[in-house]
Amino acid sequence: MSSMKTNVYRDPVLGKELIQAIKKQAKIFQEKNGRKVNLMEVCGTHTVSVSKAGLRDVFRDDIELISGPGCPVCVTSHEDIDYMIELAKQPEVIICTFGDMMRVPGSHSSLAEEKANGHDIRVLYSPLEALDIAEEQPDKKVIFLAVGFETTTPAIAATIDMAEKREIDNYYVFTVHKICPPVVELLFNDPKLKIDGLLLPGHVSAIVGRKALDFIATEFKVPSSIAGFEPLDVLAGMYDIIRMLNQGEAKVTNQYLRVVTEEGNKAALDMIAKYFEAASSNWRGIGSIEGSGLVLKPEYQKYDARNLYDITIPESSNTRGCRCGEVLSGHIKPTDCGHFGRSCTPVSPVGPCMVSYEGTCATYFKYERKV
Amino acid sequence: MTEKILLAHGDGGKLTHDLIDNVFVKHFYVDNNALPDAFVADKEPGKIAFTTDTFVVNPLFFKGGDIGKIAIAGTVNDLAVVGAVPKYISCGFIIEEGFLIADLEKIVESMAKTAKEAGVAIVTGDTKVVEKNKGDGVFINTSGIGFVPENRTLSYKEIAPGDAVLINGNIGEHGMAIMSERSGLNFSSPVKSDCQALNNFIEKLMEHVPEVKFMRDPTRGGVATTLKEIATDTGLNITIEEESLPVSDELMGAVDLLGLDPLYLANEGKVLIFVPQDKVETALEIMSSLPEGIGSKQIATVGEGNGQVFLQTAFGGKKIIDLLAGAPLPRIC
Amino acid sequence: MCLAIPAKVIAIDGYLAEVECFGNTRKVGLTLKPETKIGDYVMVHAGFVIEIVDEKYAMESQELWKEMIKHEQHED
Repeated sequence: MSSMKTNVYRDPVLGKELIQAIKKQAKIFQEKNGRKVNLMEVCGTHTVSVSKAGLRDVFRDDIELISGPGCPVCVTSHEDIDYMIELAKQPEVIICTFGDMMRVPGSHSSLAEEKANGHDIRVLYSPLEALDIAEEQPDKKVIFLAVGFETTTPAIAATIDMAEKREIDNYYVFTVHKICPPVVELLFNDPKLKIDGLLLPGHVSAIVGRKALDFIATEFKVPSSIAGFEPLDVLAGMYDIIRMLNQGEAKVTNQYLRVVTEEGNKAALDMIAKYFEAASSNWRGIGSIEGSGLVLKPEYQKYDARNLYDITIPESSNTRGCRCGEVLSGHIKPTDCGHFGRSCTPVSPVGPCMVSYEGTCATYFKYERKV
Repeated sequence: MTEKILLAHGDGGKLTHDLIDNVFVKHFYVDNNALPDAFVADKEPGKIAFTTDTFVVNPLFFKGGDIGKIAIAGTVNDLAVVGAVPKYISCGFIIEEGFLIADLEKIVESMAKTAKEAGVAIVTGDTKVVEKNKGDGVFINTSGIGFVPENRTLSYKEIAPGDAVLINGNIGEHGMAIMSERSGLNFSSPVKSDCQALNNFIEKLMEHVPEVKFMRDPTRGGVATTLKEIATDTGLNITIEEESLPVSDELMGAVDLLGLDPLYLANEGKVLIFVPQDKVETALEIMSSLPEGIGSKQIATVGEGNGQVFLQTAFGGKKIIDLLAGAPLPRIC
Repeated sequence: MCLAIPAKVIAIDGYLAEVECFGNTRKVGLTLKPETKIGDYVMVHAGFVIEIVDEKYAMESQELWKEMIKHEQHED
């Protein structure tokens, strides 16, 4: 039995020293600019790390932490959720999904409710398990709900690669894959938003490589740092960003050197390039962004669950007044939404930001709600 | 709100609470709207404690125990935590057509063994069989009767600011043992269920530390959910010290690999004990000297407040602990 | 959910590997990092190895962070 020394990345002594260093830099920023520094953590797992270590509370007076659009469940459009639910209702279908899709409300139902109605919907840790299910049940159509960013897409591509090798012809994917850069650009091009720095996702960066993110510094002159997911990784990234801000620098630094390289993971990038091509994609509340999604290439259409049934989803106008989109793009705080804490709570969520364990609204519900 | 029972209605989180409040508490006799682990008939001559619990476990056999062991230990523990000495147990079986009698016998033997060790008698029972695919192998209901010594009153109403919260060892192990054996995870873990009867342990503790104010076994929903329930009932705040939480290396490795939180994982052989601060040392000394209490620790402190639970992190931040709004599932974000 | 913890590769069978962390083991795919060897520490995402942890940097970054703090304190 063995384990890598990971405790060092959770060391509270070094952590508290880093916190003091960050607070000092944040104060310098505050004195110079007359306001708190706005940092956005793009990745949902960073939001989790920040919350788990209690850092939201630690930096309450120093930093405005904004959760970005990096939760793949939160940014999946209403129409796509409705499509998944319709797929689940088809006979001879087994839907396989990550757990947090289950409770996301569509127009009339959720996957959790459809499971209660007797449809075969299974929560998995890995799409690899879906392949095994497909092999064991050749009379069923096994559909994996492929949500996720650059980190998850190659894993899905790898399952298609394996399905080909293992000659499994009843495995399908419903892809709503998204890629990071277009939405980052959109955020910076929005004059109403004032994001001073970005904490960049560690594992997306592991795939695409640090260089691919240099455009944030060159095009938008905003400092950013790639960080891992242990508390000290996050703190080191935050320190880097605020220090650069105070020194008038804008670079993309790499505080996750043990995993992220300059060029990224070539095999994973090749895998994406082999099976997927860019397409426009519909983001919850934000709308359609050109080139922000990945769909299966024409020659691999036989794996696309969208070709299985004649399903049409009426365009949703978000009639229920959910403002998740504005929350995701940082325009409003959850508390500005009329549903927040009233008709929308973690138990009966109206929008995905309240569903996801660490979605912005769910986090606010826990921390900012007046008791 | 859904009209059908969802799986999440059974996970001990918010939906379970709503179901209990909106369906059971509404129709059953309940004192003060708080459903205790066992009902104490303190208006009768002598004090009788009476409890019931239903066990649906998948898989039926797992590292460290089986559904039979839990069915007895669980009900024994529900009686013991209200200060009762458990005596009699009833058991009802709902068995799925086609279930192997050899497996049933293994379960029954395990029940008998656990009952013998705990010093309780299984005095009555019932069996029903449902059609194939209408059950999950075996479901077991056990009810138990125990007697509370005349001078003993344990109640959440006794809890006051300054009190300490103790636990008798590593948390989260039952939940992880079950999760790691569910098929389809491609995951295997050395973590064993902590499932055990605690009545003898609790009786020893009560003998030496009669000042114990309140106890609760943190089963479904884990330590987090149980403490939140107690905080809500008392209207006081409870602050957990992250660094004092007893978590084994094996469990830490498992939750890190699966992205879960040990505070929300079920325990079947642990008890949260509320004692006045000046009794902490004595209590921990007694607890640690018993086999059920290896690794006993103070994990939290009660303070003034409004029914909140906080986790004081190693980094000096405070995190709010709430009921889980759904089962702990593998997530992508 | 990105997993923060590196796991150790203890067995390889074609495009599948078994990884271990404190006695817990999981089967993962190697398609995205075919050069993975037994004994490597790896990061896993959605059931696939996405990168091998560079142990040299694993040690170096702590030293860097300590330097960073020292530098900051020095400016007082």
